[in-house]
Amino acid sequence: MLIFTCPYCGIEADETELTPGGEAHLKRFGPGSSDEEFEGYLFNRENPKGVHFERWRHVYGCGKWFHAARCTLTLEVFGTYSAQTFEPPEEIKERIRAKRPGWKWRNFS
Amino acid sequence: MKRYSVFAVAREALRYHQGWGRAWRSPEPKKKYEAIIIGAGGHGLATAYYLGKNHGLKNVAILEKGWLGGGNTGRNTTIIRSNYLQDASAAIYEKARSLYETMSQDLNYNVMFSPRGVMMLAQTQHEIRGYKRTAHANALQGVSTEFITPDRVKSLVPIINIDGPRYPVLGALWQPRGGTARHDAVAWGYARACSEMGMDVIQQCEVTGIRRQNGQVQGVETSKGSIDCEKLGIVVAGHTGVLADMAGFRMPIESVALQALVSEPIKPCMDVVVMANTVHGYMSQSDKGEMVIGGGADGFNNYTQRGSFHHVEETVRALIETFPIISRLKMLRWWGGIVDMTGDRSPILSTTPVKNIFINCGWGTGGFKAIPGSGWAMAELMAKGHSSLTEEFGLNRFKEGKFIDESVAAGVAH
Amino acid sequence: MSKRLGVGGQFIDRSKPIKFQFNGRRFSGFKGDTLASALLANDQVLIGRSFKYHRPRGIVSSGSEEPNALMNLGENETFEPNQRATTTELFEGLTAFSQNHWPSLNFDIGVINNYLSRFLPAGFYYKMFIHPRPFWKYIYEPFIRQSAGLGKAPSVKDTSDYEHFYAFYDLVIIGGGISGLNAALTAAESGLKILIMEQNSEWGGRCLVDFPFINEEPGLKYISRILSELRKYKNVTMRSRMMGAGVYDHGYLLGYERLNDHLSTNEGPRHRLWRIRAKQIITATGAIERPLSFPGNDIPGIMLASAVRDYATNFGVAVGDKVAIFTNNDDAYRTAITLHEIGVTVPVIIDARSSGGGELAHHAKELGIRVENGKAISKVFGQKRVKAVTICDYEKSDANKEKIECDSIAMSGGWSPVVHLFSHCGGKLKWDEDLAMFRPDKAAKPTSSDGLPFVTAVGSANGFLLMNEVLIDTLDGSRTAIRAAGGKINNKKTKEFLDKNEKAPEAIWISPKDANIKKRSKTWLDFQNDVKVSDVELAAREGFESVEHAKRYTTLGMATDQGKLSNINGLAILSSTLGKEIPRVGTTTFRPPYTPISLGSIGGSARNELFQPIRKTPIHEWHEKKGAYMEPVGQWRRPFCYPKEGETHQKAVEREINQTRSSLGLLDASTLGKLLVTGPDAGKFLDMLYTNMMSTLKVGKCRYGLMCSENGFLIDDGVVARIDEQTWLCHTTSGGADRIHSHMEEWLQTEWWDWKVYVANLTEQFAQIGVVGPNARKLLEKIGGLDVSKDALGFMEWKEGKLGKYDARIFRISFSGELSFEVAVPAGQGMAFWKELIELGEEFGVMPYGTEALHVMRAEKGFIMIGDETDGTVIPQDLNLTWAISKKKEDFLGKRAQERAHMVDPNRWKLVGLETLDGSVLPDGAYSTAQGFNSNGQRSTQGRITSSYYSPTLKRGIAMGLILNGPSREGEIIEFPKIDGTIIPAKITSPVFYDPDGEKQNV
Repeated sequence: MLIFTCPYCGIEADETELTPGGEAHLKRFGPGSSDEEFEGYLFNRENPKGVHFERWRHVYGCGKWFHAARCTLTLEVFGTYSAQTFEPPEEIKERIRAKRPGWKWRNFS
Repeated sequence: MKRYSVFAVAREALRYHQGWGRAWRSPEPKKKYEAIIIGAGGHGLATAYYLGKNHGLKNVAILEKGWLGGGNTGRNTTIIRSNYLQDASAAIYEKARSLYETMSQDLNYNVMFSPRGVMMLAQTQHEIRGYKRTAHANALQGVSTEFITPDRVKSLVPIINIDGPRYPVLGALWQPRGGTARHDAVAWGYARACSEMGMDVIQQCEVTGIRRQNGQVQGVETSKGSIDCEKLGIVVAGHTGVLADMAGFRMPIESVALQALVSEPIKPCMDVVVMANTVHGYMSQSDKGEMVIGGGADGFNNYTQRGSFHHVEETVRALIETFPIISRLKMLRWWGGIVDMTGDRSPILSTTPVKNIFINCGWGTGGFKAIPGSGWAMAELMAKGHSSLTEEFGLNRFKEGKFIDESVAAGVAH
Repeated sequence: MSKRLGVGGQFIDRSKPIKFQFNGRRFSGFKGDTLASALLANDQVLIGRSFKYHRPRGIVSSGSEEPNALMNLGENETFEPNQRATTTELFEGLTAFSQNHWPSLNFDIGVINNYLSRFLPAGFYYKMFIHPRPFWKYIYEPFIRQSAGLGKAPSVKDTSDYEHFYAFYDLVIIGGGISGLNAALTAAESGLKILIMEQNSEWGGRCLVDFPFINEEPGLKYISRILSELRKYKNVTMRSRMMGAGVYDHGYLLGYERLNDHLSTNEGPRHRLWRIRAKQIITATGAIERPLSFPGNDIPGIMLASAVRDYATNFGVAVGDKVAIFTNNDDAYRTAITLHEIGVTVPVIIDARSSGGGELAHHAKELGIRVENGKAISKVFGQKRVKAVTICDYEKSDANKEKIECDSIAMSGGWSPVVHLFSHCGGKLKWDEDLAMFRPDKAAKPTSSDGLPFVTAVGSANGFLLMNEVLIDTLDGSRTAIRAAGGKINNKKTKEFLDKNEKAPEAIWISPKDANIKKRSKTWLDFQNDVKVSDVELAAREGFESVEHAKRYTTLGMATDQGKLSNINGLAILSSTLGKEIPRVGTTTFRPPYTPISLGSIGGSARNELFQPIRKTPIHEWHEKKGAYMEPVGQWRRPFCYPKEGETHQKAVEREINQTRSSLGLLDASTLGKLLVTGPDAGKFLDMLYTNMMSTLKVGKCRYGLMCSENGFLIDDGVVARIDEQTWLCHTTSGGADRIHSHMEEWLQTEWWDWKVYVANLTEQFAQIGVVGPNARKLLEKIGGLDVSKDALGFMEWKEGKLGKYDARIFRISFSGELSFEVAVPAGQGMAFWKELIELGEEFGVMPYGTEALHVMRAEKGFIMIGDETDGTVIPQDLNLTWAISKKKEDFLGKRAQERAHMVDPNRWKLVGLETLDGSVLPDGAYSTAQGFNSNGQRSTQGRITSSYYSPTLKRGIAMGLILNGPSREGEIIEFPKIDGTIIPAKITSPVFYDPDGEKQNV
C-alpha cells in the first residue's frame, strides 16, 4: 500500500487515491517513425529491478498526473515531481545516487 | 527410479518408507549441454520434458536460481481451462488441458487433475454476448463449452447468489472439462520425469551472464560456473526482463504483483470453479477444503511478491456478493506472485534476435493452466525452429500490430 | 480428570454462571471463561479429530495458536466453522459442535485412516490413485474431499455487520503485555499520537500468570496501575480484542477488532477492520511456546506447559489429576510449582537436560516434586486420553525405562518469538543458536517509503525471555521508534527486575534422541495436519530439501495455525536430516494475516445495496416505477425495455420499436458522456484525439467522430457539437465518459502540456432525452418556445434556448434513422421535462423505449455500436469508416499504428450486413467457416457476427458482421454453424437495412 506525496497539491496520497500509469519519460513516435521506433515507444519497457521512473495520477484528489522515482525491489520512493518535464529533477537524481550508487535508468544516472 | 503405485507404497510401508530414493537427482552441472533451459518452474520443466520425450533431446540442463517450482507454479490458484476466444490461445490452452488429462499417467505422478468444470458468469448483457461468441468460437476450435442458463448455474453451484441485487447472474460460459490440479505436483512430476530421462535439474544455480558470438548463443555464466550450450531457452516469467538484458535485447514485458488467498478449510460445498469477471473475482474449493480466491493484478511494477491490500478487499467483497455464505469464513493465508505482462496480455513463445536463444514468457495471470501445452510447443520450437502452436505468439507481433487480444469480451457498454 | 478447582481463576467471575452447549450436551461455565477453559472445567478433554488420520484431539494451547480445538460455532446466520475454542469467550447460549468426524466425536469412521496411517505417509497421494484414470475424478477425489476439510460450510447468508475504520497514528504498539504497555508508557509523553492494541480481552499477557510479583508489586496490580496511568493520556488510544493482522508497505497496518463475538447479541458491527497508517510500529507480540517431539505426543491430555498454568491461574481449572511435566528449559517448572500450589499432583518433571534446571528447578525439588534429569518420554499410553507414560534416558531409549501414571502431560520445548508482524513486510530474521529461536534482525527491519525502518520488535517478540532483559529492550526499542516517529524522548530508566537464575534451554528436536523409525512415525510435529517426524524425514530423503518444498510436500505448517506450533520443530528435523544448519535451511515466508480474519471484515460495509452503488439518471425512478427491466451498463442501470403485464421482453421491444418508427418514442439518454473541451488550443487537441477533423466544424453544427487508442484500435465514438469559437461538446458512449475524460486529461497533462485546453466532464449535469419518430417535431412544437423546423434546425445542427419552461439544448441527431432530437436540460429539470414529454406526447401514443430497442433500431440502420462491432481489435477501416478518417491531418492518435503491416493487410475482416435465407435470426456471436482447418486442427473461419436481431420493422432477422473482404462479396452466401453443428446459410448484404437514403431522418 504505497503513499506518494502529490507534487501538485502537496498531500500524502494513499494508493487508493491514485491510478498507476506505467513507465515515465516515454518519447512519443507518430507518423513518419520506423516500425522499430513505434514498437519501442508503445511496448518495450525498462521493467527494472530497482530504481524506476513511473507515472501516477492523483485521480481521487487534484486529478493531476505526476512522476515518481521508486525502487521496485523495496518500494522506497525517492521523490515525486511534475509530469511536465523530460527528465527527473537533479535533486531527485542526487538523492538516488546517494542511496543507490551507480544506478542507471535509460540515459539517466 | 522407483515407479509409483499403490503397491510400491504398500511395500514401502512395511519398512516405514525408508526405501524411497530421491524424486530427482541433484547433480553438478556438466561442461556442456545440447540445450539449457533457464528456469525450473512448470513451463521450463515441461519444455525440457517434451524436448526429451517428443524430440529425443535428452542432453539437457534445467537451471534454477532458487528451488524448482518455487515461483508462480507454486503460487497460483490452479485453474485449468481452455475456453479462450482467439484461435491461437484456444489451441495452446486446449493442448495444455488435454495433456493435463493424462499427465498423472504420463509422468507416473499424481498431479490430481480434477476436471470439475469451470464456469464464467455473465452478469451483464455485454458479457452474455461475449460468452456466446466464445462458445461459438470454441465449437470450431474443438474446445467443448456451452452457454448455460441461470438455473443451470444454480444447480451446479448451489451456494451462488444468482439474484444480485447489483449484478444478477444472467448465464454462464461452462467448460465441463476444465478444472484444477495440484500445482506443486506438476513441477515435481516433471522434474522427476526429466531427471529420469537423464536430464540435470540444477537448483540454486543463478545465471549471471549469457555468452554470445556472431549473434549466436555460446553458453551461460552461472553461480556454479560457466556452461556451454547449443540452444538456450529462457523461461523465467517475472524475471524475463533481467535475462533478456543479459542476452542484449529488450522485451515488451512489465512485472506486477498478482495476489491470491485461501480461507480456512471447510467440508465440500462447491464442486466447480467459478469466475465472476464483472465484479473481478474467482473462487474454487481445493481438495483440502480451502476456498481458493483470486482477483485482479496490481497496476505498478513490483518485484516484492507483496501486493496492495485494497485489491484483496475488492476481490473478497465481490465474492461475498456472489457467494454470501463465505462471509463468516476466515482468510487463512494470503500471498502474492510476480507476473509478467505483455503489451496484449498474451504470452510470448518466440525466437529472439540472438540465434538459438528462445524465449517463453508473458503468461501474465494465466500461466499455470498452460504449462504442458507451453512446454510441448516450446520444445517443438527449440527442436525444429518452428511450431504451429507458437506461430502467432512471436515477438514480431508487436511490431506488426498482430495482437492476440483475449480481453475482447470486456469491451465497453453503450 | 480435568476439573474446576475451588480456588484461583483471576479471569472468571464465579458469581456469574453461564450455560452453553457442546455437541448438544448442556454445560455450565463462568463469565470470563473461554470455551476451552469451560470445556476443560467440565472434563471435556476430547474435542475434535485431526485432519488426515482423524485421530482424537485435545486442547493443546490457551491462545490463538491452537491447532486442535476448532469448533463449529453458532447456528444459521451466525454459524461459523473453525472457531478456536481457546480464543472464544464464553457467553450465555453459546452452542458449539466439534468438527471433522462422522458419525460422532467419540466414534469416528474416519479413524480408519489412522489404522492405515502407515500406508498414508507424507505425499502418499502423489504416488497413488494414478490408475485407472477416471477413478481420480469419480472415486478417489470425492472420497479425499469428504474426509478432508474441517468445519461445515455455512448454509445461509451472514446477517452480521462489518465495518472499516481509517486511522492515522504516529506510533502503533501491537501487543498489550508487559512489553507493549511499557512501550506505551515510555511513549505517552513523547507528543506522539499513539494506538496500542491487545488481541485478548485482558491486558497483561503472560505477566499475569508467570510473574506473581514485579518488584514486590503483584503482577495483576502492576498491570492495572500501568493501564490506569495510560488512560490519563488523551494521545493514547487503547483497544483490547484487537489484533494486529498484517503489516504492509509504507506503514499500512491492519487491525482486526472483534466487537461482539463475546456477546450473545448480534447487534452492532461484529468486526471492525482498522486500516491504519502508522509512522512507526512496535511489535510487542510476545512469544509462543513450542511443543516437544516425542512418541505419542498428540494424545488428548498433552498440552503446552504454559497453557496448563494459564488454565489454572486464569480460570481455576486443573487439566488433570496427575500432570507429568516434560521440558528442556526452566520455564516449565513454573507450571509444576503452580500445579503443586493448587493441589494437583505432579508425579514427575522430566527434564531432558542432563544437568537439569536452575533456581526454579531447585524450588520445585524443595516442594518435594520428583525431578528426573536427562530423561525423556518414549511412550504415551492411552488413546482418547493420556493414561501413563514411559520415561527413559534421553540419550538411550532402552535405558532406565519406567512407567509412570498420569492423565495429562505439560510439555515445553522452549519459546519462539512472534516475529510474524515484523516479517510481513520484509523484516529479516536471524537464528539464535543459544536460545534455539529465530529472532528479528535489528539491522534488517522492514523499510518504508523513505527507505528507513518502520517496525521495531521489543521484548519477547524480539527474542528476550527474561523479565529484566524484556524491560531494558522495550525501553531501548521504544525510544528508537519514538525518535523515528519524531517524538520527544524522556530519560526515565527502568527499575531493575531481579530474574530467577534460569539455566539455558537445550534444544532437543526429537525425544528420545535415538528414537527408531517406528517411534518417529508416532511423533507428531503438526497436530492438525498429522505431520510426523518421519514425514519430514521422508521429504528430505526424497529430495524436498528446501523448506518450501518440505512444507508443501508434507503440509507441515499449512494447518489453520500456519505452523505457529510446528514450524521450528519441523525445520529442525529437516535441517538435521539434511545435515545442514538451521539458518542454511531457512524459514518459510510469514504472510498476513497473523491469525485468520473473517472475510466479512475484509469486505466491510460495502455489501448488498452498498456493494458498488448504482448511478442513477434524473429519470431513474420513473423507469423503476413503470416496471422497466433494468440492465447494468457500467455503473448505471438502464431500462432494457418496459414490459407490460404478461408481455415478454421480446414483444415489449417490438412494440417499442414499432411505435417509435410509426409515431413517437422517448429514450432516456442521460448516461451518454458529455465532455466539454474548451480553450484556444481545443480544436488542435480534438484533431489529435479524433480521427476526423474537428477544428473545422462550424459553430452550431454537429459531427460524428471516432476516437482511437494510440495502438490504433477504435475506443469510442459519438457526436461532437461546436458550442463556440473555442468550445466543443464531445458526446461519448455511456460506459466511456469517465474513461475518455481520463484519456483526454492524460494526453493533455503528459504529452501536450503546453496546449491551452480545459476539459470538464458534464455527464451528470444534464438529463438528455431522445425524442424520436415521425411525430418528434410535433411534440417539441407542442411544448413550444424554440423553432425546431427543418430550416431552423437542420440535420446535424444544434441550438439552445427555452423549450417551454426548460433550459434546453437541442441536438438534431439520429441513432435510429428517424426524425430525432436529443434534448439536454439541466439535471434538476430532467424528471419534470420527461414527465411533460410523456404527458404531451399522449396524443401521439408516445412510447418510452429501452436499450434493446435502441440497439435494434441502430442495427436496422447499419450504425455501429462500440462494444458490439468493436472489441478492442477493430480499427475504423474494418468498419468501412474511412470517410471519418481525415486524410489531411498529419497526425492523430492511432494514425501511426494503423500504418503497421497487419493493419494495412488487405485481407482483414470487414463490416457487412447479413441475412438468413428464411428470415430467421442468426445466432449472435457465431463464426462463419471457411474451407478446411488451420495448422492446429481448428476449423478455418472467415468472419463472425457482431450484432444480430429480429427486426420488427422488416419482420425478419438482420445481422451485422465482420467478414473476410466482406464488402466486395455482397450477394455471396456463407455458412454459420451453430454450437450444435447445424449450419445456417446467410447472404452478405449491405449493413444498412432500413431507409438507406436517410429519407426518414432528413425531414
